[in-house]
Amino acid sequence: MIVAIIGLSGSGFSSVAWAADQAPEQPVAPIYSDAITDESVSSLISAPKPERSDYPNIGVSSRSLVWVFAQMHLFFGALVLAVPIFVLVIELIGFKTNDDRYDDMAHEFMKISLTAYAVTALFGGALTLSLYMLYPDLMAYLTTRVFGAQMLVYVALFFLESLLLYVYYYGWYALRYGNRKWIHLALGLLLNAVGTTLLVVANSWTTFMMAPSGIDTAGAVVGNIWEVMRGPLWNPLNLHRFIANVAFGGAVVGAYAAFKFLCAKTAEEKAHYDWMGYTSNFIAILAFLPLPFAGYWLTAEIYAYSQQMGILAMGGILAWLFVIQAVLICAILFAGNYYLWAGMARTEGSRRYRWLVKYIASVLVLGFLVWVTPHNIIFTADEITRLGGSNHPVLGPLGIMPAKNIAVFLMLIFTFLSFQIYRRADKVITVSWESWANTLMIAIYIVATVNVIFAGVYYGYFTNTVYKVGSSVMQVGSTLVVIVSGVVIDTFLFKGARTLPVSWGRISGRSQYALFALPIAFTWLMALMGYVRSSVRTHWHVYAVVKDNSADNFIPTLQYVGNMVTFVTVLFLMFLLFIFWVANLSSVRQVPAVGLSNRAAAEGVA
Amino acid sequence: MNVLARTMGFSLALMLTFTAVTYVLPQMKGEAPEDIHVDVSALTMDSFIRLGEELYPGKGACTLCHNSLGRAPDLLALNVVSTSLERIGDPRYQGNAVDAVSYVRESMLDPNIYVVRGFGKKGSGDTESPMPAVDKPPSQLTDVEIGAIIAYLQAKDGNPVTVALPARTNESLAAAGEITEPARPMLAQSAEEAIAKFACAACHTVLDTESAIGPSLHDVGKRLTVDQIRDSIIAPNAVIVEGYAQVMPDISETMVVKELELIVRFLAKQTGDQP
Repeated sequence: MIVAIIGLSGSGFSSVAWAADQAPEQPVAPIYSDAITDESVSSLISAPKPERSDYPNIGVSSRSLVWVFAQMHLFFGALVLAVPIFVLVIELIGFKTNDDRYDDMAHEFMKISLTAYAVTALFGGALTLSLYMLYPDLMAYLTTRVFGAQMLVYVALFFLESLLLYVYYYGWYALRYGNRKWIHLALGLLLNAVGTTLLVVANSWTTFMMAPSGIDTAGAVVGNIWEVMRGPLWNPLNLHRFIANVAFGGAVVGAYAAFKFLCAKTAEEKAHYDWMGYTSNFIAILAFLPLPFAGYWLTAEIYAYSQQMGILAMGGILAWLFVIQAVLICAILFAGNYYLWAGMARTEGSRRYRWLVKYIASVLVLGFLVWVTPHNIIFTADEITRLGGSNHPVLGPLGIMPAKNIAVFLMLIFTFLSFQIYRRADKVITVSWESWANTLMIAIYIVATVNVIFAGVYYGYFTNTVYKVGSSVMQVGSTLVVIVSGVVIDTFLFKGARTLPVSWGRISGRSQYALFALPIAFTWLMALMGYVRSSVRTHWHVYAVVKDNSADNFIPTLQYVGNMVTFVTVLFLMFLLFIFWVANLSSVRQVPAVGLSNRAAAEGVA
Repeated sequence: MNVLARTMGFSLALMLTFTAVTYVLPQMKGEAPEDIHVDVSALTMDSFIRLGEELYPGKGACTLCHNSLGRAPDLLALNVVSTSLERIGDPRYQGNAVDAVSYVRESMLDPNIYVVRGFGKKGSGDTESPMPAVDKPPSQLTDVEIGAIIAYLQAKDGNPVTVALPARTNESLAAAGEITEPARPMLAQSAEEAIAKFACAACHTVLDTESAIGPSLHDVGKRLTVDQIRDSIIAPNAVIVEGYAQVMPDISETMVVKELELIVRFLAKQTGDQP
C-alpha cells in the first residue's frame, strides 16, 4: 500500500512518499538517511550541549514542576482520547440494538470527557510554557531542528479535534435517529481518528528522546521527519498507550458511576448507575488484560535498542519500582475480580459458579505474594551470614522474573475465568453440544496453566538468560489462547441461550469502592510507569545525544518518587471531582420559588 | 458520613498505602556520572588501577551487564587475561589483538569483532554484540579511562599489569629514570603458582587443565631440552610449532628470573609418563 504524507524535515516541509510494505527494518541505533549529500552534511548542526548555568533557576526543582504539569496533561489527555473510543462503540451498540439506554450512557460519558478537555488543554499550555522556560536549549533543539513544522501539524490536529469534539457532543440529540445517526457515528469515528493521530504524534517526541532516530551521533538531523518519528520504540509505545488509555478511561468513568450509585436515591437511579459502573469496569478490565503483552513488546524493544537501558529499568536502580508496580497491578486485579464476584449477586444463575470464586481468589493471592517477593534486599553483614547469602534459600527463586511471569500470567488467566463465569451467570445454555464445549474449555484452561508453569520453570531456571525472555512468548500465547478461545466458544454457546433476569442495582455499596480502587490504582500506576519510562534515559535529555546537565539530572529515591506520584494523583482526583461536579451541574435546574417569577428567582429576589 | 467524604477517605487511604510501599523499599539515588579529570603526570600504576576499579561499576556501567545474571560474561568471576588469550585463539576470532590488553581494548571499542557464544543480540547468531562502544555515548569513556579499566581487569586476578600508563609509556619512564613500580602481584613461590600467575593453562594442556590452543606441555620435557623450554618462554614467537597460531604473549618483561626457572624446571620434568 502506498501511503503519502507531508514529510516535514527539520528545516521545513518537503513532500515524500514511501511504500509502507517496503519500509526498512526498525532501527536499533540512530539511523541515517541514504540521501545525504556533501552540501547537506556541511550544513548539519549538532545538538546543543547545555551547561549547568544554561538552565534557569526558579527556586524550585524544574524537573518536579515539569513532572506535575506533564503528568496532569497526560492523565487528562488519556481520558479525553480514550472516552470517545468506547463511547463510539457503546453508541453503535445502542444504535444496532435500538436501545436508548446505551445512547444515553454514551452521552453521559462524553459529558465528562468534554469538561476534561479544557483541563487537558490548560495543563498542556502550562507544560509547554514551563518546558520552554526551564529547558530552553533542549526545547530549541527539539522544536526548531528536529521536529520543526511537525509541531504545527500537531496544533492543527488539536484544532480539528476540538471542532469535532464539540460537534459530536452538542450534535448528539440533533443527530440521534435514522440516517442522521450514521452522520453522528461518522463524526465519532473522525474524532477518534484525529485523537489517535494526536496521540501518536506526541508519542514520537517522547520516543525520540528515549531512542533517537533520523539524526547522527552528534545530534544533527540527517533524516526526514518520518525517519525522526519512527524510532524503534514508537509503535510499541503507541500500542501500549492506546490500550492503557482505554483501560484508564473506563476506570475513571466507572468511578463516576460508582459515585452516582452511592448517591442515588431511587431504585431506578441505582439500576442505571450500577449498569453504567458494570459497563465501565468491563471496558477497563477488558482493555487491561492485553496491556501486559503490549508492555512486554515495549520492554523487548527497549532491550533490543539498548541492553543497558533495559537492564537499568528491569535489573538496575529502577528495578524496585516494579515491586510497586506488582502491588498496583494486583490491586487492579483484586478490585476488578471482586467487583465481578459482587456483581454476580444480580442474578440467581450465578449460584452455579460461585464455588469457583474461592479458587480464583487463592490463585490471585498466591500470585500477588510471588510477584511482590523481592530477589534480594539490603542486608547487614550479620544478616547475610545468618541467611547464608544475599538471597533467601527458599524464597530467593521466587524473586526473579520467571516466577513473576508465572504469577502474572496465571492471574490474568484466572481473571478471565472470573469474567467468563460472570458472563455465563445469567445464561441458560440450550445448545446440544454444551458439555462438549465445556470439556474443551476446561481442557484449554488446564493446558494453558500447565504450559505457563512449565515454560516459566523450565526456561526460567534450567536454561540460560537468553531463553528466559523467549519463555514469556509461550506464556503470552497460552494466555491469549485462553482469552480468545473463551470468547469464541462462549459466543457460539450463547446462541439461543435463555437469559435469566438480572436485577440491576442489586449490588452491595461496598462493591462500589472497587470501582474507586481501579482508577486510583490505574492513575498511580500510569504516573509510576511514566516515571520509569522517562528515567531510563538517566542523565540524558535525548539519550546518548543531549546530556542533561541540570541540577535534577539524578535518579531520585523511591520515597521521592512515591511522594510525587501521590501528589499528582491527588491533584488529578481533585480536578476530577471538579469535573464530575460541573458535569452534574449542567443537569441541575433551579425550581422557582412559589409566587415568584422565573426571573425574580434567578436574580435571588426574596 | 456523606458519600463524598467516604469515597475521598477511601481513595486517600489507598494512595497512602501505595506511597508507604515506596518507603519500605531500599532508598537509592542514582547520581549522574561526573566527568573525571585525570592528572596523568601524577598517575601511578596503583592509582591507575584504582581509577579503573571506580570506573568499572561507575561511569563505565560495566557491572550493569557483566555480572552473575548471565547477560554478558562475568568479568569479575573469570581471569580476563587467560580468557582473552583463549578468545584470540578461537577460530571465530577475526580481530587484530595479539595479547590481553589489545583484545580487551578492541572488545571495548568494537564489541562486534568477537561475540562470545550465547551473548550476541537475539537473531544475530552471535555476530552482533548488544554492548555499545565504550568511547561513544552513553558511556563516553576516554582513552585514559579505557586503559584504567583494562589495568584493573588485569590486576584483579594477580596478573601482571601490562597496559601502559597514559601519556608516558613504561619504556619512556624507564629511559627517564622515573620507573614507577607497577602493581606487581606477589612473586610466585612454586611452579604451580607461576603457571597460574601467567595463565599458561589458558592455552596449554598443563597441570589439571586441557586446552588445544597451544601445544600440550604434558610431555614437553620429552620433546624439548631445558634451554629450548626457556627460550620458548622468553621468545615465544621465535619458533612456532606447526599447526598452532602465533598468539603467545611476550611475558619476558613481566616475569622474574625465579619464576622463569620454576616453570622451566617443572616443565622439563613433564615427560608424559607422570600420573
